[in-house]
Amino acid sequence: MFRTKKGQLLAQILWGLFLFTLFFFLLSNMFANFKVQQLSFGYSFLQEEAGFEIGDSLWSYSASDSYLKALWTGIGNTLKIAFIGNIGALILGLFLSICLLVPHKLLQFLSESFLQVIRNIPLLLQLFVWYALISELLPPIRQSWEFLPNVFLNKRGLYLPWFDGSLPVLKGLNFQGGAHLSPELLALCLGLIIYTSVFMAEIIKAGVLSVEKGQWEAGHSLGFSYAQTLRLIIFPQSLRVIIPPLTSQFMNLTKNSSLAVAIGYPDFVSIVNTSLNQTGRAVELIFLLMLTYLFLNLCISWIMNYFYRRVLKWNL
Amino acid sequence: MELINKNRQKRKKLFSLFVSFLLISFLGLLGFFILKSLWLGTWTGEAQTCRTSGGFCFSFLREKWRYILFGSYPDSLLWRPILFIFSVILGIFFSFFRFFWKKALIFYYWIFLVLFSPLFLWGIGGEKVEISLWGGLPLTLFLSFVGIGLSYPLGIFLALMRRDGPFLLKYSSIFLIELVRGVPLISLLFMASVMAPFFFPTGMEINKTLRALGAIVIFSAAYMAEVIRGGLNAVTQGQREAAHSLGFGYWKMNFLIVLPQALKIVIPPTVNTAISLFKDTSLVIIIALLDLMSTAKLAVSDPLWLGMSFESYVFVALIYFAFSFSFSQLSKKVERSLS
Repeated sequence: MFRTKKGQLLAQILWGLFLFTLFFFLLSNMFANFKVQQLSFGYSFLQEEAGFEIGDSLWSYSASDSYLKALWTGIGNTLKIAFIGNIGALILGLFLSICLLVPHKLLQFLSESFLQVIRNIPLLLQLFVWYALISELLPPIRQSWEFLPNVFLNKRGLYLPWFDGSLPVLKGLNFQGGAHLSPELLALCLGLIIYTSVFMAEIIKAGVLSVEKGQWEAGHSLGFSYAQTLRLIIFPQSLRVIIPPLTSQFMNLTKNSSLAVAIGYPDFVSIVNTSLNQTGRAVELIFLLMLTYLFLNLCISWIMNYFYRRVLKWNL
Repeated sequence: MELINKNRQKRKKLFSLFVSFLLISFLGLLGFFILKSLWLGTWTGEAQTCRTSGGFCFSFLREKWRYILFGSYPDSLLWRPILFIFSVILGIFFSFFRFFWKKALIFYYWIFLVLFSPLFLWGIGGEKVEISLWGGLPLTLFLSFVGIGLSYPLGIFLALMRRDGPFLLKYSSIFLIELVRGVPLISLLFMASVMAPFFFPTGMEINKTLRALGAIVIFSAAYMAEVIRGGLNAVTQGQREAAHSLGFGYWKMNFLIVLPQALKIVIPPTVNTAISLFKDTSLVIIIALLDLMSTAKLAVSDPLWLGMSFESYVFVALIYFAFSFSFSQLSKKVERSLS
């Protein structure tokens, strides 16, 4: 990049000086602005009382708890969506990729058009559409739609029995017992799962097609059916190609779960937003927000790298 | 063995027929619903007629299309955004013909759409229209075109730094790229809308739309840099050696030999990144900018026309789909002609 060692050194020194002055300039501006608005930098506000309710939480939380606990609850909700979403998207993506691969013209055409429709419309719009569909088309609570025994679907969300054996029962104006998925959570999960699964389907399809044709023939000559060949011979080999792009889809879904704030589901971003509006601690909170997502993505890449190394071992 | 195979064949055929039957009935049902809602649709009339008819409410769109498409851009100057949208569509149209794949097209996109069009919307040499008044489709196109256009050179620079830069430059570039790719766009937009004002000198104010544009530029530059880095790695070492043997220095080698090849190789993924950025500009609704997505949502919240969200969303979905789909077809075409 630079012809001489001297040039390299000079460029680095200049860049370092520039970064240093920029950093200094921004920091001094920040402190000047803080002084004008009578704020100070620090995370001590996290101990203060949050004062807002959170509609959906994995653990008990009340408005009198601290901001720290509110933020934790938000992280819990984000993890919940990421978990449900990633697993759902992987399952639906597998199903869609099989639809794309099966030699059935009509099925291929339909799944291809489905893919095109979903991938060319912004995720946010899809979330709004799902939310509108749920809140406008579903029946009110009294006429809940019981499409499976003890599973109720209505405007307020989905009520289903939980593992501890408690069943949802209509008492007065609301259901009690069982587990409850709010309409926001339903819309968010549906939107995220469908949107991401489409990209996953393409990745899985490309991975399967990357396996040599001879492997299919080998499977057939062993007397395996189409499904058996796919499952036992082709899939394990295609994982080598599939896992790296799949990892970035998992990360995308996790990052996209932050769109929850747009439809009012209390995920981490939405709670950061509320706390930010209440305390005005923009710098501290956004710093926290970015660090959290960086850490989440790092975790995903660690986990997936572990799998990838194992897959590489099988393939060799 | 023969018998088993025959049975299997039979079962396969039966199953395939069953799947066809299911799919055709699904298609029939879908078609029936679409036709029904069109048949019952209301073309003229008030919101009340729409609500009772149970069909698609076209009169909502007749009432609101102006707001959804253009936001609160002044009526008398509406020809400007219309011309802008038209020139974008024209650019996409031209790009489909190989005949136009020349430097002039790059010039058209870059100079005209990226640099000149914002000045034009703002009203250079005429009546000024504040950026805060821009809205709807022109704002979406402005954010995505200018965002992508400005991020591309930045992405090239970052990619070169990441590949060949000396220690400090290299790690600065890696830090920026990985940081931006690891966080959601929303956090960058929040940063631009609520955090950035803290870092400006006291009293200085930059328009929120421009701040959001800055966030979008940085966001897309990180992704572009990764795409371009792939292209740089795909150019064989022999090309670089050839350039060296001609006595070219680093910059001359890159700009004359390596980059033209590298950028060409990665046109398809670049277009894909651009498409996802185009879709992602819809996130600016969260920091309350009036892009196409927000105007669609605001049009629905008019108390006179409550409950028309489906119509509004379908309308903007069609617009987003049209742009995004034509870009993806373009990317496919380029990909085919490259291989």
